[in-house]
Amino acid sequence: MSLFETTTLLAAGAKGGGQIADAAQTRANIFEMTQAAEDAVLRPKDCGAFPHDLRAALAARIAARAKDMELAQRYAQAAGARTDISYPAQNGGTDDAVLVAFVDKVAGATKDIAADDIAQLQNAGVSDADIVRLCELVAFVAYQVRVVAGLRLMQGTKT
Amino acid sequence: MSRIVHKFTRRVPEWRPRVTPVNLDEATPEQLDALKVTPSNTKVSAYVLTLAHDVESLSVRSPLFNAIMYDEGGMSRAERELGAIAASMVNRCIYCAAVHADRHAKLEKSTDVTDKLFTQGTDADLSPRDAAIFTFARKLSEGVPSASADDMAALREAGLTDEEILDLILSSSLFGWANRLMHVLGDPVRTEDTV
Repeated sequence: MSLFETTTLLAAGAKGGGQIADAAQTRANIFEMTQAAEDAVLRPKDCGAFPHDLRAALAARIAARAKDMELAQRYAQAAGARTDISYPAQNGGTDDAVLVAFVDKVAGATKDIAADDIAQLQNAGVSDADIVRLCELVAFVAYQVRVVAGLRLMQGTKT
Repeated sequence: MSRIVHKFTRRVPEWRPRVTPVNLDEATPEQLDALKVTPSNTKVSAYVLTLAHDVESLSVRSPLFNAIMYDEGGMSRAERELGAIAASMVNRCIYCAAVHADRHAKLEKSTDVTDKLFTQGTDADLSPRDAAIFTFARKLSEGVPSASADDMAALREAGLTDEEILDLILSSSLFGWANRLMHVLGDPVRTEDTV
Protein backbone atom coordinates (compact mmCIF):
# COMPACT_ATOMS: atom_id res chain seq x y z
CA MET A 1 0.00 0.00 0.00
CA SER A 2 1.44 3.38 -1.00
CA LEU A 3 1.28 6.36 1.32
CA PHE A 4 -1.60 7.89 -0.63
CA GLU A 5 -3.60 4.67 -0.48
CA THR A 6 -3.87 4.78 3.32
CA THR A 7 -7.44 5.30 4.49
CA THR A 8 -6.60 8.61 6.15
CA LEU A 9 -5.06 10.25 3.08
CA LEU A 10 -7.65 8.74 0.73
CA ALA A 11 -10.53 10.04 2.85
CA ALA A 12 -8.84 13.45 3.05
CA GLY A 13 -8.51 13.56 -0.74
CA ALA A 14 -4.73 14.10 -0.50
CA LYS A 15 -3.06 13.03 -3.72
CA GLY A 16 0.61 12.77 -4.58
CA GLY A 17 2.40 15.79 -6.03
CA GLY A 18 0.65 18.72 -4.33
CA GLN A 19 1.74 21.06 -1.58
CA ILE A 20 -0.08 19.09 1.11
CA ALA A 21 1.28 15.85 -0.27
CA ASP A 22 4.78 17.23 0.22
CA ALA A 23 4.00 17.92 3.88
CA ALA A 24 2.47 14.46 4.27
CA GLN A 25 5.61 12.92 2.78
CA THR A 26 7.65 14.46 5.60
CA ARG A 27 5.53 12.47 8.04
CA ALA A 28 5.13 9.33 5.91
CA ASN A 29 6.05 7.14 8.91
CA ILE A 30 3.13 8.61 10.86
CA PHE A 31 0.58 7.90 8.13
CA GLU A 32 1.93 4.37 7.75
CA MET A 33 1.67 3.79 11.52
CA THR A 34 -1.83 5.30 11.47
CA GLN A 35 -2.81 2.66 8.90
CA ALA A 36 -1.27 -0.04 11.11
CA ALA A 37 -3.30 1.27 14.04
CA GLU A 38 -6.46 1.17 11.91
CA ASP A 39 -5.72 -2.46 11.07
CA ALA A 40 -5.23 -3.20 14.78
CA VAL A 41 -8.57 -1.76 15.90
CA LEU A 42 -10.75 -2.51 12.85
CA ARG A 43 -9.35 -5.88 11.83
CA PRO A 44 -7.47 -7.37 14.81
CA LYS A 45 -6.46 -11.02 15.04
CA ASP A 46 -7.96 -11.17 18.53
CA CYS A 47 -11.41 -9.59 18.21
CA GLY A 48 -12.61 -10.27 21.73
CA ALA A 49 -16.38 -9.78 21.77
CA PHE A 50 -16.37 -7.49 18.74
CA PRO A 51 -16.05 -9.12 15.30
CA HIS A 52 -14.75 -7.15 12.32
CA ASP A 53 -18.17 -6.28 10.89
CA LEU A 54 -19.37 -4.85 14.20
CA ARG A 55 -16.16 -2.84 14.52
CA ALA A 56 -16.61 -1.45 11.00
CA ALA A 57 -20.23 -0.57 11.78
CA LEU A 58 -19.24 1.27 14.95
CA ALA A 59 -16.42 3.10 13.11
CA ALA A 60 -18.91 4.19 10.45
CA ARG A 61 -21.29 5.38 13.15
CA ILE A 62 -18.58 7.40 14.93
CA ALA A 63 -17.51 9.04 11.66
CA ALA A 64 -21.11 9.81 10.70
CA ARG A 65 -21.85 11.38 14.10
CA ALA A 66 -18.77 13.57 13.59
CA LYS A 67 -20.29 14.59 10.23
CA ASP A 68 -17.66 12.82 8.12
CA MET A 69 -19.81 10.92 5.65
CA GLU A 70 -16.87 10.11 3.37
CA LEU A 71 -15.09 8.17 6.12
CA ALA A 72 -18.41 6.75 7.35
CA GLN A 73 -19.19 5.29 3.94
CA ARG A 74 -15.73 3.74 3.69
CA TYR A 75 -16.21 1.94 6.99
CA ALA A 76 -19.84 1.01 6.34
CA GLN A 77 -18.70 -1.05 3.33
CA ALA A 78 -17.19 -3.57 5.77
CA ALA A 79 -20.11 -3.54 8.20
CA GLY A 80 -21.81 -6.58 6.66
CA ALA A 81 -25.00 -7.41 8.53
CA ARG A 82 -24.29 -4.79 11.19
CA THR A 83 -25.38 -1.82 9.12
CA ASP A 84 -28.22 -1.67 11.66
CA ILE A 85 -25.93 0.49 13.79
CA SER A 86 -23.75 2.14 11.12
CA TYR A 87 -25.68 5.36 11.06
CA PRO A 88 -26.74 7.57 13.97
CA ALA A 89 -30.48 7.23 13.38
CA GLN A 90 -30.27 3.47 14.02
CA ASN A 91 -29.60 1.96 17.43
CA GLY A 92 -29.52 -1.75 16.63
CA GLY A 93 -32.27 -2.72 19.04
CA THR A 94 -32.15 -3.46 22.73
CA ASP A 95 -29.35 -6.05 22.50
CA ASP A 96 -26.85 -3.35 21.62
CA ALA A 97 -28.40 -0.42 23.50
CA VAL A 98 -25.74 -0.20 26.23
CA LEU A 99 -22.90 -0.69 23.75
CA VAL A 100 -24.15 1.92 21.29
CA ALA A 101 -24.92 4.46 24.03
CA PHE A 102 -21.40 4.06 25.40
CA VAL A 103 -19.76 4.44 21.98
CA ASP A 104 -21.83 7.55 21.20
CA LYS A 105 -20.90 9.16 24.51
CA VAL A 106 -17.18 8.36 24.37
CA ALA A 107 -16.98 9.58 20.78
CA GLY A 108 -19.11 12.71 21.03
CA ALA A 109 -19.30 13.78 24.66
CA THR A 110 -16.01 12.55 26.08
CA LYS A 111 -15.90 15.10 28.88
CA ASP A 112 -19.17 13.75 30.32
CA ILE A 113 -17.94 10.17 30.76
CA ALA A 114 -17.92 9.05 34.41
CA ALA A 115 -17.20 5.87 36.33
CA ASP A 116 -20.86 4.88 36.06
CA ASP A 117 -20.55 4.58 32.27
CA ILE A 118 -17.91 1.88 32.71
CA ALA A 119 -19.95 0.23 35.48
CA GLN A 120 -22.96 -0.03 33.13
CA LEU A 121 -20.90 -1.95 30.60
CA GLN A 122 -19.55 -4.23 33.33
CA ASN A 123 -23.07 -4.81 34.65
CA ALA A 124 -24.16 -5.72 31.11
CA GLY A 125 -21.53 -8.47 31.08
CA VAL A 126 -18.82 -6.75 29.01
CA SER A 127 -15.39 -7.91 30.20
CA ASP A 128 -12.70 -5.44 31.20
CA ALA A 129 -10.55 -6.55 28.23
CA ASP A 130 -13.45 -5.87 25.87
CA ILE A 131 -14.06 -2.45 27.44
CA VAL A 132 -10.44 -1.57 26.63
CA ARG A 133 -10.82 -2.93 23.07
CA LEU A 134 -13.97 -0.84 22.60
CA CYS A 135 -12.29 2.33 23.89
CA GLU A 136 -9.31 1.79 21.57
CA LEU A 137 -11.65 1.50 18.60
CA VAL A 138 -13.62 4.64 19.44
CA ALA A 139 -10.48 6.57 20.33
CA PHE A 140 -8.68 5.65 17.11
CA VAL A 141 -11.61 6.65 14.89
CA ALA A 142 -11.93 9.94 16.82
CA TYR A 143 -8.25 10.59 16.00
CA GLN A 144 -8.63 9.63 12.35
CA VAL A 145 -11.75 11.79 11.85
CA ARG A 146 -9.82 14.81 13.11
CA VAL A 147 -6.69 14.17 11.04
CA VAL A 148 -8.88 13.87 7.94
CA ALA A 149 -10.81 17.06 8.81
CA GLY A 150 -7.57 18.96 9.37
CA LEU A 151 -6.03 17.77 6.11
CA ARG A 152 -9.12 18.80 4.17
CA LEU A 153 -8.86 22.28 5.67
CA MET A 154 -5.17 22.43 4.70
CA GLN A 155 -6.18 21.75 1.12
CA GLY A 156 -9.00 24.23 1.22
CA THR A 157 -11.55 21.45 0.83
CA LYS A 158 -14.90 21.93 2.50
CA THR A 159 -15.31 19.54 5.44
CA MET B 1 -7.66 7.79 51.13
CA SER B 2 -7.66 9.51 47.75
CA ARG B 3 -9.88 12.01 46.01
CA ILE B 4 -10.65 12.57 42.35
CA VAL B 5 -9.09 15.73 40.88
CA HIS B 6 -11.66 17.80 38.97
CA LYS B 7 -9.77 21.04 38.23
CA PHE B 8 -7.06 21.59 35.65
CA THR B 9 -3.61 21.64 37.20
CA ARG B 10 0.04 21.27 36.20
CA ARG B 11 0.66 19.07 39.26
CA VAL B 12 0.35 15.61 37.74
CA PRO B 13 -2.09 13.40 39.69
CA GLU B 14 -2.03 9.63 39.96
CA TRP B 15 -4.21 7.63 37.57
CA ARG B 16 -6.59 5.03 38.99
CA PRO B 17 -8.10 2.56 36.50
CA ARG B 18 -11.83 1.85 36.41
CA VAL B 19 -11.14 -1.64 35.05
CA THR B 20 -8.73 -4.25 36.34
CA PRO B 21 -5.33 -3.94 34.62
CA VAL B 22 -3.48 -6.96 33.27
CA ASN B 23 -1.63 -8.79 36.04
CA LEU B 24 2.02 -8.70 35.00
CA ASP B 25 2.59 -12.14 36.49
CA GLU B 26 -0.10 -13.55 34.18
CA ALA B 27 0.81 -11.54 31.04
CA THR B 28 1.15 -13.40 27.74
CA PRO B 29 4.44 -13.27 25.77
CA GLU B 30 2.75 -10.83 23.35
CA GLN B 31 1.72 -8.57 26.22
CA LEU B 32 5.20 -8.66 27.77
CA ASP B 33 6.70 -7.74 24.41
CA ALA B 34 4.29 -4.81 23.96
CA LEU B 35 4.93 -3.70 27.53
CA LYS B 36 8.70 -3.73 26.86
CA VAL B 37 9.15 -5.74 30.03
CA THR B 38 12.71 -6.99 30.41
CA PRO B 39 14.58 -8.39 33.43
CA SER B 40 16.04 -4.91 34.00
CA ASN B 41 12.78 -3.06 33.36
CA THR B 42 9.84 -4.49 35.28
CA LYS B 43 8.15 -1.19 36.24
CA VAL B 44 4.98 -0.74 34.20
CA SER B 45 2.30 1.87 34.95
CA ALA B 46 -1.31 0.93 35.74
CA TYR B 47 -2.32 2.80 32.58
CA VAL B 48 -0.09 0.74 30.29
CA LEU B 49 -1.12 -2.47 32.06
CA THR B 50 -4.74 -1.50 31.41
CA LEU B 51 -4.07 -0.92 27.70
CA ALA B 52 -2.29 -4.29 27.55
CA HIS B 53 -5.77 -5.85 27.45
CA ASP B 54 -5.67 -4.85 23.74
CA VAL B 55 -2.10 -5.73 22.92
CA GLU B 56 -2.43 -5.27 19.15
CA SER B 57 -3.47 -1.62 19.60
CA LEU B 58 -0.90 -0.93 22.30
CA SER B 59 1.94 -2.25 20.13
CA VAL B 60 1.22 0.16 17.29
CA ARG B 61 0.05 3.15 19.31
CA SER B 62 3.19 3.69 21.41
CA PRO B 63 5.58 4.29 18.47
CA LEU B 64 2.93 6.39 16.71
CA PHE B 65 2.51 8.56 19.82
CA ASN B 66 6.27 9.09 20.06
CA ALA B 67 6.59 9.96 16.36
CA ILE B 68 3.81 12.54 16.47
CA MET B 69 5.04 14.24 19.63
CA TYR B 70 8.82 13.92 19.32
CA ASP B 71 10.00 13.40 15.71
CA GLU B 72 12.38 16.10 14.53
CA GLY B 73 11.46 18.96 12.21
CA GLY B 74 8.15 20.73 11.76
CA MET B 75 6.41 22.22 14.76
CA SER B 76 8.28 22.86 18.01
CA ARG B 77 7.83 20.45 20.92
CA ALA B 78 6.14 23.14 23.01
CA GLU B 79 3.61 24.01 20.31
CA ARG B 80 2.74 20.34 19.82
CA GLU B 81 2.11 20.25 23.58
CA LEU B 82 -0.24 23.22 23.17
CA GLY B 83 -2.26 21.17 20.67
CA ALA B 84 -2.38 18.32 23.20
CA ILE B 85 -3.50 20.69 25.97
CA ALA B 86 -6.31 22.12 23.80
CA ALA B 87 -7.72 18.67 23.10
CA SER B 88 -7.39 17.65 26.75
CA MET B 89 -9.26 20.77 27.89
CA VAL B 90 -12.13 20.13 25.44
CA ASN B 91 -12.39 16.51 26.58
CA ARG B 92 -11.73 17.48 30.21
CA CYS B 93 -8.97 14.92 30.58
CA ILE B 94 -7.45 16.31 33.77
CA TYR B 95 -4.57 13.83 33.77
CA CYS B 96 -3.49 14.46 30.14
CA ALA B 97 -3.86 18.22 30.58
CA ALA B 98 -1.61 18.12 33.66
CA VAL B 99 1.13 16.04 32.04
CA HIS B 100 1.25 18.16 28.92
CA ALA B 101 0.86 21.53 30.65
CA ASP B 102 3.80 20.56 32.85
CA ARG B 103 5.84 19.62 29.76
CA HIS B 104 4.86 22.84 27.99
CA ALA B 105 5.94 24.92 31.00
CA LYS B 106 9.28 23.10 31.21
CA LEU B 107 9.97 23.38 27.48
CA GLU B 108 9.08 27.08 27.47
CA LYS B 109 10.70 27.65 30.86
CA SER B 110 7.53 29.59 31.67
CA THR B 111 4.15 28.85 33.21
CA ASP B 112 2.59 31.95 31.63
CA VAL B 113 0.61 30.23 28.85
CA THR B 114 -0.74 27.36 30.94
CA ASP B 115 -1.49 29.67 33.87
CA LYS B 116 -3.65 31.75 31.54
CA LEU B 117 -5.36 28.73 30.00
CA PHE B 118 -6.21 27.19 33.36
CA THR B 119 -7.42 30.45 34.93
CA GLN B 120 -9.02 32.22 31.94
CA GLY B 121 -10.22 29.13 30.07
CA THR B 122 -10.45 28.74 26.33
CA ASP B 123 -10.68 32.51 25.72
CA ALA B 124 -7.32 33.09 27.42
CA ASP B 125 -5.32 36.13 26.31
CA LEU B 126 -2.47 34.43 24.39
CA SER B 127 0.04 35.70 21.82
CA PRO B 128 -1.42 35.82 18.27
CA ARG B 129 0.52 32.67 17.26
CA ASP B 130 -0.42 30.69 20.39
CA ALA B 131 -4.03 31.89 20.10
CA ALA B 132 -4.27 30.69 16.49
CA ILE B 133 -2.75 27.32 17.44
CA PHE B 134 -4.95 26.84 20.50
CA THR B 135 -8.17 27.93 18.78
CA PHE B 136 -7.63 25.61 15.80
CA ALA B 137 -6.77 22.64 18.04
CA ARG B 138 -9.72 23.34 20.36
CA LYS B 139 -12.22 23.48 17.51
CA LEU B 140 -10.78 20.39 15.83
CA SER B 141 -11.23 18.55 19.14
CA GLU B 142 -14.93 19.27 19.65
CA GLY B 143 -17.45 16.41 19.46
CA VAL B 144 -18.23 17.46 15.90
CA PRO B 145 -14.98 19.09 14.71
CA SER B 146 -15.72 22.76 13.97
CA ALA B 147 -12.34 24.11 12.84
CA SER B 148 -12.98 26.23 9.75
CA ALA B 149 -11.22 27.75 6.77
CA ASP B 150 -10.94 30.97 8.81
CA ASP B 151 -9.15 29.08 11.59
CA MET B 152 -6.77 27.58 9.01
CA ALA B 153 -6.19 31.04 7.53
CA ALA B 154 -5.39 32.34 11.03
CA LEU B 155 -2.67 29.69 11.37
CA ARG B 156 -1.10 30.78 8.09
CA GLU B 157 -1.40 34.48 9.01
CA ALA B 158 0.40 33.67 12.26
CA GLY B 159 3.30 32.35 10.19
CA LEU B 160 2.89 28.58 10.48
CA THR B 161 4.32 26.51 7.63
CA ASP B 162 2.45 23.55 6.12
CA GLU B 163 4.77 21.19 8.02
CA GLU B 164 3.94 22.94 11.29
CA ILE B 165 0.21 22.91 10.55
CA LEU B 166 0.35 19.19 9.79
CA ASP B 167 2.11 18.55 13.10
CA LEU B 168 -0.56 20.57 14.90
CA ILE B 169 -3.33 18.54 13.25
CA LEU B 170 -1.57 15.33 14.26
CA SER B 171 -0.77 16.30 17.84
CA SER B 172 -4.21 17.66 18.68
CA SER B 173 -5.92 14.71 16.95
CA LEU B 174 -3.66 12.28 18.81
CA PHE B 175 -5.10 13.59 22.05
CA GLY B 176 -8.56 12.98 20.73
CA TRP B 177 -7.34 9.39 20.97
CA ALA B 178 -5.35 9.57 24.22
CA ASN B 179 -8.09 11.44 26.10
CA ARG B 180 -10.63 8.78 25.15
CA LEU B 181 -8.46 6.20 26.86
CA MET B 182 -7.12 8.08 29.85
CA HIS B 183 -10.30 9.99 30.77
CA VAL B 184 -12.66 7.11 30.05
CA LEU B 185 -10.78 4.17 31.55
CA GLY B 186 -9.67 5.82 34.79
CA ASP B 187 -9.76 8.70 37.26
CA PRO B 188 -7.11 11.30 38.11
CA VAL B 189 -6.61 11.01 41.87
CA ARG B 190 -4.56 12.59 44.63
CA THR B 191 -3.91 10.87 47.93
CA GLU B 192 -5.20 12.94 50.83
CA ASP B 193 -1.88 13.47 52.60
CA THR B 194 -0.39 15.10 49.49
CA VAL B 195 -3.29 17.46 48.81
